[in-house]
Amino acid sequence: MLDIRNLQVDFRTRRGTVHAVRGISFSLENGETLGIVGESGSGKSVTSYALMRILDAGGSISAGGVTYNGTDLRHASERDMRALRGGEISMIFQNPRAALNPIRKVGAQIEDVLRQHGRATRADAREKAIQALKDVRINDAEARYDAYPFELSGGMCQRIVIAIALACDPNLLIADEPTTGLDITTQKTVMDLCRDLIRARGMSSILITHDLGLAAEYCDRLAVMKDGQIVEAGPAADVFAKPQHPYTVRLVDATPRPGAGIRDLLPAEARTPLAPHEIGNKPILEVRKLTKTYPGKSGPVQAVKGIYFTIHAGQSVGLVGESGCGKSTTSSMLVRLLDPTGGEILFDGQEIGAIPADKFIRDPRRGEIQMVFQDATDSLNPRHTARDAIAEPLRRLGQMSRASRAARVEELADLVGLPHALLDRWPHQLSGGQKARVGIARAIALDPKFLILDEPTAALDVSIQAVVLNLLADLRARLGMTYLFVSHDLNVVRLLCDHVIVMKGGQIVEQGAAAQVMTTPSDPYTRHLLAAAPQPPSPPPKSQAAE
Amino acid sequence: MSDATAPNQSTWAQIVYVLRDNPVTLIAFSMCGFFLLSAIIGPYVVPYDPLQTNAANALQQPSWAHWFGTDSLGRDVFSRVIVATRLDLTISIAAVALSFVIGGVLGAIAGYWGGWWDIVLNRIFDTIMAFPLFVLAMGIVAALGNTVENIIYATAIINIPFYARLVRAEVNIRREAGFVQAARLAGNSHPRVVAFHIFPNALPPMMVQVSLNLGWAILNAAGLSFIGLGVRPPTPEWGIMVAEGANFIVSGQWWVALFPGLWLMLAVFTFNLMGDGLRDLVDPRRRT
Amino acid sequence: MSPRLQALAVRVLQTLPVLVGVVIISFILTRALPGDPAAYFAGVMADEASIAETREKLGLDKTLIEQFFVYTADLLRGDLGVSLNTGRPVLTDLAERLPASLELTLSALVLSCLIAVPLGVWAAVRQGSWVDHLCRVLVTAGVSLPTFFTGVLLIYIFYYLLGWAPSPLGRLDFIYLSPPHVTGFYLIDAPLAGDWETFFATLRQLALPAITLALFTLAPIARMTRAAMLTALSSDYIRTARAAGLRPRTVLFGYALRNALLPVVTTLGMVFSFVLGANVLVEKVFAWPGIGSYAVEALVASDYAAVQGFVLAMAVLFVLLNLLIDLSYALIDPRIGFGAK
Repeated sequence: MLDIRNLQVDFRTRRGTVHAVRGISFSLENGETLGIVGESGSGKSVTSYALMRILDAGGSISAGGVTYNGTDLRHASERDMRALRGGEISMIFQNPRAALNPIRKVGAQIEDVLRQHGRATRADAREKAIQALKDVRINDAEARYDAYPFELSGGMCQRIVIAIALACDPNLLIADEPTTGLDITTQKTVMDLCRDLIRARGMSSILITHDLGLAAEYCDRLAVMKDGQIVEAGPAADVFAKPQHPYTVRLVDATPRPGAGIRDLLPAEARTPLAPHEIGNKPILEVRKLTKTYPGKSGPVQAVKGIYFTIHAGQSVGLVGESGCGKSTTSSMLVRLLDPTGGEILFDGQEIGAIPADKFIRDPRRGEIQMVFQDATDSLNPRHTARDAIAEPLRRLGQMSRASRAARVEELADLVGLPHALLDRWPHQLSGGQKARVGIARAIALDPKFLILDEPTAALDVSIQAVVLNLLADLRARLGMTYLFVSHDLNVVRLLCDHVIVMKGGQIVEQGAAAQVMTTPSDPYTRHLLAAAPQPPSPPPKSQAAE
Repeated sequence: MSDATAPNQSTWAQIVYVLRDNPVTLIAFSMCGFFLLSAIIGPYVVPYDPLQTNAANALQQPSWAHWFGTDSLGRDVFSRVIVATRLDLTISIAAVALSFVIGGVLGAIAGYWGGWWDIVLNRIFDTIMAFPLFVLAMGIVAALGNTVENIIYATAIINIPFYARLVRAEVNIRREAGFVQAARLAGNSHPRVVAFHIFPNALPPMMVQVSLNLGWAILNAAGLSFIGLGVRPPTPEWGIMVAEGANFIVSGQWWVALFPGLWLMLAVFTFNLMGDGLRDLVDPRRRT
Repeated sequence: MSPRLQALAVRVLQTLPVLVGVVIISFILTRALPGDPAAYFAGVMADEASIAETREKLGLDKTLIEQFFVYTADLLRGDLGVSLNTGRPVLTDLAERLPASLELTLSALVLSCLIAVPLGVWAAVRQGSWVDHLCRVLVTAGVSLPTFFTGVLLIYIFYYLLGWAPSPLGRLDFIYLSPPHVTGFYLIDAPLAGDWETFFATLRQLALPAITLALFTLAPIARMTRAAMLTALSSDYIRTARAAGLRPRTVLFGYALRNALLPVVTTLGMVFSFVLGANVLVEKVFAWPGIGSYAVEALVASDYAAVQGFVLAMAVLFVLLNLLIDLSYALIDPRIGFGAK
């Protein structure tokens, strides 16, 4: 039904023409689900905008063609395209809250589409809009009709976007990263809903995603894109099990999956044996009845409700939970940026929780507890070069001469694998992976004993995530650091951690050895989390996991 | 910062780069240079004494002897226009510098510490902004007395809220940023974090504000003297000169008002155009 | 009470502290006069006795706190003092001249909105085209124009050179009689009296000063409209709307413009501040009998009660206008009152 031949999309910018899509071809059969997978900048979203002809200003199809059921979409009139968009081909987008008009009732937004395509009259529009809401399994659809997007959760907003897309019974649904920004359990609900609706209506669909695991679970066929080209295409299970193109091999390797160890994420030639890390008997950090209460508009809000746990020297502990579970609040208190409301934090046997954060700055132990921040871009000062950023803790806390400081910065750069030539660059001149390395170098500059990793790979592409995770594993073995790895993703946590703590609603619901929590979880919530993670087909074991 | 590499050289490179990149910026900076030059050496090079009256030579059309003509007292309009540059620029630059410093500090305090500081300071700024600004400036100058210093103070006071609010917003969105927390972990006290890590990031938008405000400040000062506040005749000042010329416009002697007005307009225009260039100068992200 | 109504009520109540602040500042201004305020308020011609009398009358012999309460009590009674120039209560003078100023200001604002909003929308839709460049030039030139100079220039061109405009003196040429007083707005009173000739004469007289003011306010409104439209047009919800096949007109006006109007409405507050200030200058240039020229005359004669009364009146007017803007903002934006701006 859909046939794309040698499609090329160019963007005219002030610095010249950018070839976003460089001649791709694929076709889609009735009732088929195609996954287009690629990392950021691969041109996967642009492809979908091009076939809908909703490219941003400056973008145009420069060659090739798109045929939909015999219609040439590249040359169709704007009027015909309008009838097609939303009527025959629909799209859903990432970041659902932003994808809805913030000042229009969601029901009215559905009506707009229905009436545009002549599917409803003024008289029955409301009724049909409510039916569309019911179709996406929204409870109490009549009441939701009058809601504004800001009153709804992210998952609910995505259902509204789906309702808008499906209101006029299109034949093809294009989903552009539909679950980015949603929690993992919401992600599963939304994806399952999409799949059920597509099957029930016998539609075709294209899923555009960066997550190979997600695509493999929900799609019949996959096309892998890199730099504006399709490097490999085929049935989902085949692409995952027997990747042909070197890029796909690397992508499959880098995707965290059951049975794979941390080294397995790297290309085969880089899989050096992992040095073991020693776990001591002495607890380095003990948390007792740690509590944090924020003043809220409607009474105080308890973000962390009296939690207990112990971390041993040399151990790597994962702190897992969905957004709002209190894991970030906990890590901020542990790193002593935030004062707890109650409870104790014992570091090396001494209580540090009672020292106000403002005083702890001058505490000799300041350098011993450090943190790698979530978003490498956000955590580097745009006005400081990489060298300045790494040198900052040395300058403030290191008490060393200028010359030895300079030497130390270069030593740190070597440790994290950052070429010296990059040290004098500004953050905006570095790639995501390089920024992550700068952040890590800064955090280990003072040889901390205890390092908190706050979702250090959340903003990175999978292949870079694989490299950064391995770098962290190597550093741990080399420097004997203790890690607290904060993440929403159990599959990633498992790779690096010996011990896992699962949080929900400010409380710890389960903790135990990583292998045990992952295989035989005792709490229903942990089971729920594990089930929600995408289940890519397990590839045949190629090498023994280095565990 | 102390470890930055060869700041002087890179600053020069940055200036050259910014000027080359955008012709509008180049024009604006050249015009600004012209006005600064007029302000500095103007009084020594003009052909006539700007205060010298000559009743026999009143209201002469522009000619080779008097490029911009003469006014009702026979004074040379060209000399007066050029000499006035120094006074007008001094007023605006001094006023903007005052409000930049005071507004910046207060805004950073309100944005970073929040709480009572924020509430009290915001109340004060709200109250200042509750007046139409030019009217407040009129009230202040009328109350404090008719002097150039008071024009500067009045202009500074009405501009402080702009800087304070801008800096407050810029500081506030970065208060929880990763790099700020990292700076705290590196052992920086709160004042250090604000002064050396957050505030410099507010500079690019502040520069745009500075360029707009330099323009407003001149307009404001000229407007005040136009209605008889602040600078007094016979001191040459663009606003007063337009006011004097306005009396003769209905009888067709256009040059008396046109040239000072034109100069005033050009100066404001120049400052407004400089905004993007000034911003690019202080923004490292513009470097490639 | 719904959170929305509550938020609106809070907004109305918020004007109270601002008004108190305004009163405090204007009190400080009246007491900050260099030298002896009593001497100023008594006037230039006053002798020792009348200065002493003024001092007592103004309560300047009391403590500052007491003086403040006396001052506030006077304000509440509507007592702004007596103008030296006219010998009448300042409040009466201001009330009489306010319609002239409002008529000028509001026509200028309406005129500039009618031009600036479409221009900004057009420039945003055709980003990078000649309309966009024209918009940018107009915007930068517009904020650079000293209003008093534009006024003088327009008079020279349209009155002296072309002779299209009537003599730039006041609201109405002397051959016409002002229409019977109903609202004080000649543009309303004249048609009410069925006097269309006066109406058009008023319009002709109003044209130049209104254009002068409009030129000045055009720039901020057009710039904000363009920026807000660009933001709105590049938002995700516009892409959703386009992907759903909605008509370009619906997308542009129903979705983008309605969202873009929010920041534009907010900017109007700033524009009011500009326009009320520029009003003073324009009134002087065109000898417009409003409160601005009243204040200028008072300044020349060191008539401080009148000047301070004027400053206070303008501030109160501006506070009320801002309240109006915020309330109308709440009508467009459903998010008011939910903390999710």
